[in-house]
Amino acid sequence: MGRSATTKDAHALFHSLRSAYAATPNNLKIIDLYILFAVATAVIQVAYMAIVGSFPFNSFLSGVLSCVGTAVLAVSLRIQVNKDNKEFKDLPPERAFADFVLCNLVLHLVIINFLG
Amino acid sequence: MAAQETSQSATFRHAFGNVLSFAVLLLIGVMAFSIRLFSVIKYESVIHEFDPYFNYRVTQFLTKSGVYDFWNWFDDRTWYPLGRVIGGTVYPGLTLTAGTLWWILNSINIPLSVETVCVFTAPVFSAFASWATYLLTKEIKGAGAGLTAAALLAMVPSYISRSVAGSYDNEAVAIFALIFTFYLYIKTLNTGSLFYATLNAIAYFYMVCSWGGYTFIINLIPMHVLLCIVTGRYSPRLYIAYAPLVVLGTLLAALVPVVGFNAVMTSEHFASFLVFIIIHVVALVYYIKGILTPQMFKVAVTLVVSVGMVLCVAVLAVLIALVASSPTKGWSGRSLSLLDPTYASKYIPIIASVSEHQPPTWPSYFMDINVLAFLVPAGIIACFLPLSDASSFAVLYIVTSVYFSGVMVRLMLVLAPAACIMSGIALSEAFDVFTRSIKFHLVGTTQNPQDNAGDATKVTQNDVKSEKSEDTVKERSSRKSKKDKENIEKPSLVSRVEKRLLVLPLETSVMAVFLLVLLGAFYVVHCVWAAAEAYSAPSIVLTSRSHDGLHVFDDFREAYAWLSHNTEVDDKVASWWDYGYQTTAMANRTVIVDNNTWNNTHIATVGTAMSSPEKAAWDIFNSLDVKYVLVVFGGLVGYPSDDINKFLWMVRIGGGVFPHIKEPDYLRDGQYRIDSQATPTMLNSLMYKLSYFRFVETDGRGYDRVRNTEIGKKHFKLTHFEEVFTTHHWMVRIYKLKSPRNRIRGKTKRSKSSLQKSGTSPSSKRSTRKRNPWQ
Repeated sequence: MGRSATTKDAHALFHSLRSAYAATPNNLKIIDLYILFAVATAVIQVAYMAIVGSFPFNSFLSGVLSCVGTAVLAVSLRIQVNKDNKEFKDLPPERAFADFVLCNLVLHLVIINFLG
Repeated sequence: MAAQETSQSATFRHAFGNVLSFAVLLLIGVMAFSIRLFSVIKYESVIHEFDPYFNYRVTQFLTKSGVYDFWNWFDDRTWYPLGRVIGGTVYPGLTLTAGTLWWILNSINIPLSVETVCVFTAPVFSAFASWATYLLTKEIKGAGAGLTAAALLAMVPSYISRSVAGSYDNEAVAIFALIFTFYLYIKTLNTGSLFYATLNAIAYFYMVCSWGGYTFIINLIPMHVLLCIVTGRYSPRLYIAYAPLVVLGTLLAALVPVVGFNAVMTSEHFASFLVFIIIHVVALVYYIKGILTPQMFKVAVTLVVSVGMVLCVAVLAVLIALVASSPTKGWSGRSLSLLDPTYASKYIPIIASVSEHQPPTWPSYFMDINVLAFLVPAGIIACFLPLSDASSFAVLYIVTSVYFSGVMVRLMLVLAPAACIMSGIALSEAFDVFTRSIKFHLVGTTQNPQDNAGDATKVTQNDVKSEKSEDTVKERSSRKSKKDKENIEKPSLVSRVEKRLLVLPLETSVMAVFLLVLLGAFYVVHCVWAAAEAYSAPSIVLTSRSHDGLHVFDDFREAYAWLSHNTEVDDKVASWWDYGYQTTAMANRTVIVDNNTWNNTHIATVGTAMSSPEKAAWDIFNSLDVKYVLVVFGGLVGYPSDDINKFLWMVRIGGGVFPHIKEPDYLRDGQYRIDSQATPTMLNSLMYKLSYFRFVETDGRGYDRVRNTEIGKKHFKLTHFEEVFTTHHWMVRIYKLKSPRNRIRGKTKRSKSSLQKSGTSPSSKRSTRKRNPWQ
């Protein structure tokens, strides 16, 4: 009894999540796709490191942290651009994107320097 | 009409307030710079103490050879024969800053020498630090508190002690970097702008370059984020303030060679990664909560909690196993001694022996932060009314810094900005209440709510309402003097909506304002006294006043100058590690150990040599290619920080590595003595002999003015060392190792006779020879 209730709940939850997510605007969905891509790249790099070994460590670190960094920055951009967020309603999305680009520039400058 | 007038007067007031704050800030900067110049006026423009000499030498190298050679520099003039990789073991922030300043000044044709730039770097950066404090406190409470905090920081003795003109050490720029990084963090938290997050990461990078104390930042900020999450103050701004900082900050920290991979591998950084994971989990939860209906969310929670718990426990178990497998749980020795104050004294005597690493005494709190010690609790309470993200950060900062300052005297320096911020807030709030009471009583009504956008005070008791606009304009012009304390109330986050008027009687308020100003006056007097008398001694030049005027003891520089003029360039000088930096910088000779103390065994070797009898010490020093030995002796003039007073530490450190040196051998009944009751081991040790050689010739009895006794062994000769130089006041004594004799008298006769007698092997010949070959 409990088992079927939980599975029913799980199904219901899954459906409501899906329907709620389908309602998000397209620009946010694009950003979400980008985040997914970055995280997937990071996972691939970690798997590669597990197979091959971690030398040179600085390259591994800069590769993984660049993926994680772009994911984090993309999440920040999504937060700022999301129209449901009342705290950021005064922030024009162009300014948010400009900040995103600047932060990415700094991040990738550091990455290239550290890549060795 | 009235609205236009009030808006015009509001802009006029704002403009006037801005100009006034700018002028006040400029004066605060000038004061911060000038109060640190006492040592330059009383002595001369010289670099102080020990560590600054190393930084000065590194800066000289940087300005002479350029950045690339500096980055790859391997120093062979110290830690002979090991050398030291300067590029990988020094925090480059300070030297790069001073080098850049020198280069900029020289390129615009202001030819200041490197020494001048180094001496004055600290006062310049303390002016910057007080401006950074203004910015930080403005974000927390408002401009009035900011100005007060900046004024307090410019003068606080604890900060002055490490940033006088001449104290060219890491803290000179690191405290500015610390406050500036905190300011940018709070600014990002308040505005949620990614631009400030980027600036925050860059400021954190500057802090990592400058000082090992950056671990305080990378642990305090995660603690604050965790506090905000736990108290229900999570917001998207918190995510933007924290997550980019962790990623960018870790990368930037790994760029600095000193930190390198420690940025991801040592326990000091694990807190930031843990909170990074936690904040992502929390952000996800809030996101899902936002897009689901409440019932569905409850379902999701029950499902996820059961699954997630299992996962969490598993991950945690792996982490704990990893961390527990290393003996120090992944922490470095210095950080561990902060968490467990008794750790260093049990396991690492070198860390325990540094005087700056001892816990402070209670009076030192009053000496170092003076009046602020009373104002800090009031500031903590003011931060709770109302509590915002920024003010919770300030409370966390003061609490942690008070704990750490209680562990190590050196960390009183980190307490100083926190104490100034809290006191600035307290003083500003107090002045607010009192001046508002005075205005209320003198004007007969409260301020026009339109004029003061910041606080909306409602009148509940007062019926008398005069013409508001004219009165407010009149009282503005007549209350200008009070305005610098009750400044522009910008629509800060602190919106005080008080339903009941907080007003005190007129006489109380006037008395209270007067008393607060008096308190400030006491603080200023104490700070100036502390700066002039207590913290301005360069410790390389000593002075004393007696009935026949001022005596100047310049023995250290005399000794180093003698060394640099009278010895070969490649000669090695052995001394206790305190004097290593000064010897390489001023005498330009290779030393065996210096203040970096990175190799405990090497220091223990020198310590053992100083504690051994002459022959054993000669052997040890000869194996290290040492030519000269330098000891500091204060017995003639009463200088208490000499090598005889430090001798027990040499014994302890040496005994930690070489077990034949036992501390009880040097103590008589547990007491350390050098008089006739001293133990024979003590009287035969090299340190005793080198300090007191020919000392009896000074006054006939050999009375040691520091230990206040006559010395034990008065007339003795040195067999393996010869004295080459003693400075004017006998404070520095330099000895040369005697080279072994070319020919040993009587050896050939003895060997022939013993051969004829028994034809024994050479080993027995050596055992029969009892004559000292060095005499």
